[in-house]
Amino acid sequence: MSRLAGVLLGVLLAAVAVCPAVLNAQVVDLAPLEFRDAAEAERFHDLAVELRCVKCQNQSLADSDAAIARDLRNEVLLLIRQGRSDTEIKEYLVARYGEFVLYRPAVRASTWLLWFGPALLLLAGGAAVAWVVRRRARALPETVAQPADEQEW
Amino acid sequence: MSPPAATPRRSAVRWLPLAAFAALAALLFAGVMLSRNQDREALPSPLIGKPAPEFELPVLHEPGRLVSSQELAGAPYLLNVWGSWCPECRIEHPVLTRFAETKRMRVIGYNLKDEHADALRWLEQFGNPYWLVLTDYSGDKAIDWGIYGAPETFIVDGDGIIRWKHVGPVTEEVMQRDLLPVVARLEAER
Repeated sequence: MSRLAGVLLGVLLAAVAVCPAVLNAQVVDLAPLEFRDAAEAERFHDLAVELRCVKCQNQSLADSDAAIARDLRNEVLLLIRQGRSDTEIKEYLVARYGEFVLYRPAVRASTWLLWFGPALLLLAGGAAVAWVVRRRARALPETVAQPADEQEW
Repeated sequence: MSPPAATPRRSAVRWLPLAAFAALAALLFAGVMLSRNQDREALPSPLIGKPAPEFELPVLHEPGRLVSSQELAGAPYLLNVWGSWCPECRIEHPVLTRFAETKRMRVIGYNLKDEHADALRWLEQFGNPYWLVLTDYSGDKAIDWGIYGAPETFIVDGDGIIRWKHVGPVTEEVMQRDLLPVVARLEAER
């Protein structure tokens, strides 16, 4: 039995070893970014967490492992070294990929719902609760509203 | 003792939780139906209606030759981003080939982040529908186009304005519904 398992394992390993040669792979530069100093690294990181990866759309540019995220990180670092400001870099990416890349899009008519929707929902919920509570308080008989003093809670 | 008879107002309120549940169910159902849309992750390109980026890129079949955006100006062209590493490119390949055979528009390949030999082999294996294949192996120029993967397909008009973009494979349905009407419109403008 263990010999059979050994043979199977050998076949699997051989298959894995051959696979990369057979499958075409996207050319990806796996080298991590190299920063000149801590300040540059910090600025880059602060910017990258603000930017949204266009491929895996629930990750930031800093977190994503997608090839395009890698390319865009390189591009952002390049732009930083060219002396562009954070705003300019964001505008650069928005011009190419749309406002989607910003985790905090600009406040304007098309994003009002996004910015103020949650607060609006909270207000509506609070108003509904207040309405229910007041209605019930009115419907309650007087005797129940005054519990006996000896009752322990 | 029998309970007091419900007033009409109270009985209406009794249905409120059910109505709230039905509304929530409808909302979730709509979400499920929307998520069936295969293109739901495709981003609208801000470049539509804007000039295509300037570029100068090497030609796949003629190493050393560069083709610039100015050389392609004057007539509309379709730009199809592909790579030998891209499985969905095989899905759209026969559809694009049939379109290219109609010769209604130049079909230009944009070979993204590929290996030269792999790209040539891919075209040999499946057939080359392209009038010209540009290569961008670093992916630097692709950022100017707002490209974030393959396949992606653009239509650029004779004035160099991007008129249409599709993210994902150009299936027969996309061809009939979206792409061909744009081609017809550009032909009418000329």
